[in-house]
Amino acid sequence: MTIPDVQPLIADQSAGDPPVLRVANLTKNYDLSTSVLSRLSHRGEKATLRALDGVELQLNRGEILALVGESGSGKSTLAKILVGSTAASAGEIEYHGAPMPARRGKDESRRIQMVFQDPYSSLNPRLTVGSMLRELLLLHAIVPPKQVHEESKRLLNLVGLEEDALEAYPSQFSGGQRQRIAIARALAVRPDILIADEPVSALDVSVQATVLDLFASLRRDLGLSILFVAHNLAVVQHLSDRVAVMYLGRIVEVADTAELFRNPRHPYTRALIDSIPRMSAGSVTEAFQLEGEPPSPFNVPSGCRFNPRCPYATDACRTIDPALETVAPAHLSACIRASELTELAVARV
Amino acid sequence: MTEPLLSVRSLSIGVKRGSADPTLIVDDVSFDIAKGERFGIVGESGSGKSLTLRAIGDLLPRGVEVLSGSILYNGTELVGMPRSSRRKLMGPEIAMIFQEPMTALNPVVRVGEQIAEGPRRYLGMSRAESMTRAIEMMAKTGIPDPVRRARAYPHELSGGLRQRIMIAMALSCNPRLLLCDEPTTALDVTVQHQVLRLLEDLCDDSGAALAFVTHDLAVVNQTCTDLAVMYSGHIVESGTVREVLRDPRHPYTQGLLDSAPDFDRPERPLIPIPGFPPNVASRPSGCPFAPRCPLVVEACRTAMPPMETVAPGHGAACIRADRTSRELVAR
Amino acid sequence: MMSPAELLNARQQQRRALRSRSIKPWYRNGALMAGIVIVGTLVLIAVLAPLLAPYDPIAQDLGNTLAPSSAEHWLGTDKFGRDVLSRLIWGAQVDLRVGFLAVLIPFVFGSVLGAIAGYFGGWLDTILMRIVDIFFAFPFYVMVIVLVFIFGSGETSIYLATAAVSWVSYAKIVRGEVLVAKKQDYVTAARLGGMSHGRILVKHIGPNVLSQAIIYGMSDIVMDIMAIVTLGYLGLGIAPPTAEWGSMINDGQEFITTQWQQATIPGLMVVIASLGLSFLGDGLSDLLSPERRK
Repeated sequence: MTIPDVQPLIADQSAGDPPVLRVANLTKNYDLSTSVLSRLSHRGEKATLRALDGVELQLNRGEILALVGESGSGKSTLAKILVGSTAASAGEIEYHGAPMPARRGKDESRRIQMVFQDPYSSLNPRLTVGSMLRELLLLHAIVPPKQVHEESKRLLNLVGLEEDALEAYPSQFSGGQRQRIAIARALAVRPDILIADEPVSALDVSVQATVLDLFASLRRDLGLSILFVAHNLAVVQHLSDRVAVMYLGRIVEVADTAELFRNPRHPYTRALIDSIPRMSAGSVTEAFQLEGEPPSPFNVPSGCRFNPRCPYATDACRTIDPALETVAPAHLSACIRASELTELAVARV
Repeated sequence: MTEPLLSVRSLSIGVKRGSADPTLIVDDVSFDIAKGERFGIVGESGSGKSLTLRAIGDLLPRGVEVLSGSILYNGTELVGMPRSSRRKLMGPEIAMIFQEPMTALNPVVRVGEQIAEGPRRYLGMSRAESMTRAIEMMAKTGIPDPVRRARAYPHELSGGLRQRIMIAMALSCNPRLLLCDEPTTALDVTVQHQVLRLLEDLCDDSGAALAFVTHDLAVVNQTCTDLAVMYSGHIVESGTVREVLRDPRHPYTQGLLDSAPDFDRPERPLIPIPGFPPNVASRPSGCPFAPRCPLVVEACRTAMPPMETVAPGHGAACIRADRTSRELVAR
Repeated sequence: MMSPAELLNARQQQRRALRSRSIKPWYRNGALMAGIVIVGTLVLIAVLAPLLAPYDPIAQDLGNTLAPSSAEHWLGTDKFGRDVLSRLIWGAQVDLRVGFLAVLIPFVFGSVLGAIAGYFGGWLDTILMRIVDIFFAFPFYVMVIVLVFIFGSGETSIYLATAAVSWVSYAKIVRGEVLVAKKQDYVTAARLGGMSHGRILVKHIGPNVLSQAIIYGMSDIVMDIMAIVTLGYLGLGIAPPTAEWGSMINDGQEFITTQWQQATIPGLMVVIASLGLSFLGDGLSDLLSPERRK
């Protein structure tokens, strides 16, 4: 079976095409029962961590979708499940319209690749860059053995590195360079989906830009679909086409990037946006202040999971667990007061 | 002109290597912090910003020492002060907040006790009094149910709460100067927002000055009034936050601003700074930014540019500072 | 996009950056070099024993027993008239070989078990760790002596005894390292790359976890040489008349006041060998560690 050669993006997702990746009703529970946890929850019983609690999401062909959330949101768990390194407890995953099996074989796993957050632990310190690429290229028979060197060189050039990097060990590179090597590794097996788990968070600001540009050009030149997990909203705004906001194991809002930041329809999204430190504004004082702590996935509130911290919560919010619904074209929100939100925001100020 | 609270003059920090020249990590750094001022020190990895802060707090890692220069706190020289006298300053006068609260807090001591230790030791309070003070501080930093939480251990609390405990600890003895080493970098964005707001309020209330080290220009913009930009151990630009961010005169500052995504201007393309971050081991002579500078000329490589005043209260260490106004540079 | 000049500058910088971050070459590592020199010399002596030893180590000359150092016998002769120097040289063969092999077997066995237990976890891990705990409860020398007593003295029994006792240390060390390593992102990436568990264990995790075990192995060789020497001294070791430093110390101890060199020089050899191996271990730990730190 031949691996298709890299193709430039011909056209964006057309109407009939299924999304490259789609999940429905995805749930992931961790059963933990240690004494530390029983102390935390003040019970002696088994504690269940509901990392994901019914997630619906789709990634379209050739788009960059950002997944945003804070600790406890489940975004990293979702990324791990999508890439196949953890199995979901329940729910469906579809790849190009066809269901993805729970256990992925060699060929299936190469189609969805991952770039990790920490550039210092994502490369094997004992392998040279060249041997790492070589191993992958040979294992999947991407190119015949004679062309492995050429192909390795091509991959490095693709991420802006030179041939002499092949002989070097990861410890000889800076954080930004290591991330680029990690991207080259992911691309070696010719995936069509790239899942990037906070790939620039550990990098210096001036270096982040190079890696972000790289993602943009990979999408443009190779037709990759990218799911970008991030917590820095300025980065998200700059790079992604669409944004999905997660809170406590659920997607609470999805929209095109510009639309989401201009017109957020979920109180949590509003809080996130108002928390962003600005380069040009004054002090933080006027913003929407979110009370309380980021939630614990051990203790999911009843009703809408955001209600304990939501300034707009009503009695209905404490009993109804809202589903993700369309509130505007291509804009979904899981809030029963979504349609009132724009007026509410104005009224508060 | 009132005396500044903290005055750092020609501070150099590095590693001594026997008979060979010492390895310089921070080179000839000078700045002042006035009483109640919020001073930001901005830089990336390798800039030396953390070490500068630690030198003020007498917390340099083993092997790294102050090689020359002076640190005047309220007129008293801190460099070379014996350890015991130094320690007397650390609680009541100068306090420090670290980036990672989990490693800064003692995992086997209850948090209330950790906060109470300072007042008991430095302010001479009794056990009961210091505990009351600890709970008071916890309430002031917005920790819900402080009486119960005081009995918790650090691992039982979330990151945001731990950071508040650290702030409570730092402020428990009413310091005049608060040193913050990237205190919000490891926090979620909504928690960061709360913590920054808290720091601002508490400093306003107590009149404490803030020395805030960070790599995030947006955070500096919101929290600080004055700033110094560091690159490869040198201060390359300093002035008020408003002035420096509006009209950056050093190519590195400009590069930082151009490469960071600005939430309010999403359409602006990000321009990365070419080249690689500086290596402590191999420092070229001349301006440390020369290898990566778009405006470099031969003269830049011969000597370290001195700090030039480009506007009142605004200095940049660049021989082309007068010409690097953003409007003039073609991009 | 950068201009060609900027691009070239960036490339030069990258090359310079690679060079400036190169790792200190191994031949500059003082401890390592000292270790290599000492151990290397001893190994050379052992290998070249047939050429270096002036006499047959087990040839007796009952007419010339307990002779002091002389031109013919640099270290004199022992109570059977055997040349002490030749016995010393041939003894190196025995002690080094047995010391090394007595470590190699438990190293391999323990590391493999530890790696499997650490990687796969679950009940496999639990059972193995309980077995390890049981073994750890017994003191090393007691076990070894008892086992050698049971198996009878001789080289093979030494291998069996030390292997049976010391494999647990390797299992524990390697298991601990594997537990840490398997959480690293590069292992996850390897799984995502479609590699099988076996391949990952051997090619990816293996080189990263064995360094601690190797360093421990160096000190273990020292310990095993001591064990052999002790067993030899107790009369439980390598059967006479084979030359071995431990039995030489035993033979020579009665003459310590008159022919002190018979017991002391072999003892000195043991010390030198241990020193060399310690240096080697130190040097290796430096060599194998810096890449770990970043």
